[in-house]
Amino acid sequence: MARVRFFNEPDIFRPFEELRQLRREMDRLFESVMGRRAWPVTGRVFPLVNITEDKDAYYIRAELPGVRPEDIEVSIEADSITIGGERKPDDLGKEVSYHRKEREFGRFRRVITLKGGFNADTAEASFKNGILTIKLLKAEEAKPRQIQVKKE
Amino acid sequence: MSEIRAKEKQEVQRAAESTRNVPVYLPDVDIYETSDALVLVADIPGVSPENVDIDLRDDTLTIRALVDTYGQDERPIMTEYEVGDYYRQFTLGRLIDQSKIEASIKDGVLTLVLPKVEKAKPRKIAVKVA
Repeated sequence: MARVRFFNEPDIFRPFEELRQLRREMDRLFESVMGRRAWPVTGRVFPLVNITEDKDAYYIRAELPGVRPEDIEVSIEADSITIGGERKPDDLGKEVSYHRKEREFGRFRRVITLKGGFNADTAEASFKNGILTIKLLKAEEAKPRQIQVKKE
Repeated sequence: MSEIRAKEKQEVQRAAESTRNVPVYLPDVDIYETSDALVLVADIPGVSPENVDIDLRDDTLTIRALVDTYGQDERPIMTEYEVGDYYRQFTLGRLIDQSKIEASIKDGVLTLVLPKVEKAKPRKIAVKVA
């Protein structure tokens, strides 16, 4: 349950906030030049995904608000991961008039290829607060290895 | 059934939060009206129910939602979307019964039911034949 509050301090002008935003814009530009960020997004397929890794696993995440977990399908074939499903609109009945309609509904399907080696048998998918997380444990050869330097 | 298009999040130009080092985005919303309430539905993926703040003051409705950041200790390989908070304000043109507002969150979607006060409900006016 969300908290409902009726009184709030007014928003005031915040000069540091503007500086912070400028800095972030520059970070973004830098990241796009460095190839970290796939940008711009136009022409990409829904859902947008973020892929990260730590020493044991890869994580693929996507924002899927309002999609029921049972309407999401995740499948893995060789090094391709498919995220598919449908975002179904709520049934509101007839006596409703819209003031604003920005949320989109429909089917989606996206294939992501992840090179580097993961163990498909151990894949786990979870869904929390509208975020899908797929965890793929790395194959032994994809894990970083510490090499001991021998003293001669 | 149509396909959903991918779109980039819209950043709030005059941000509302200054203490958290995350961007602030405008959530996508639907607003519809039934005969006795105004209903607002907003997509706020990544936000836990306890981190949503709804203020209604005079006729201005403010939604603030603080995201649970995740994967901070992981190394990014590909980043297509950014994780941030949500903020949006609306001016309500109708008289709302503030004591009966209901908010609920499910799967990253906030639903706010704003009941109209009695006198704002539509009344049928009979046209008399002269």
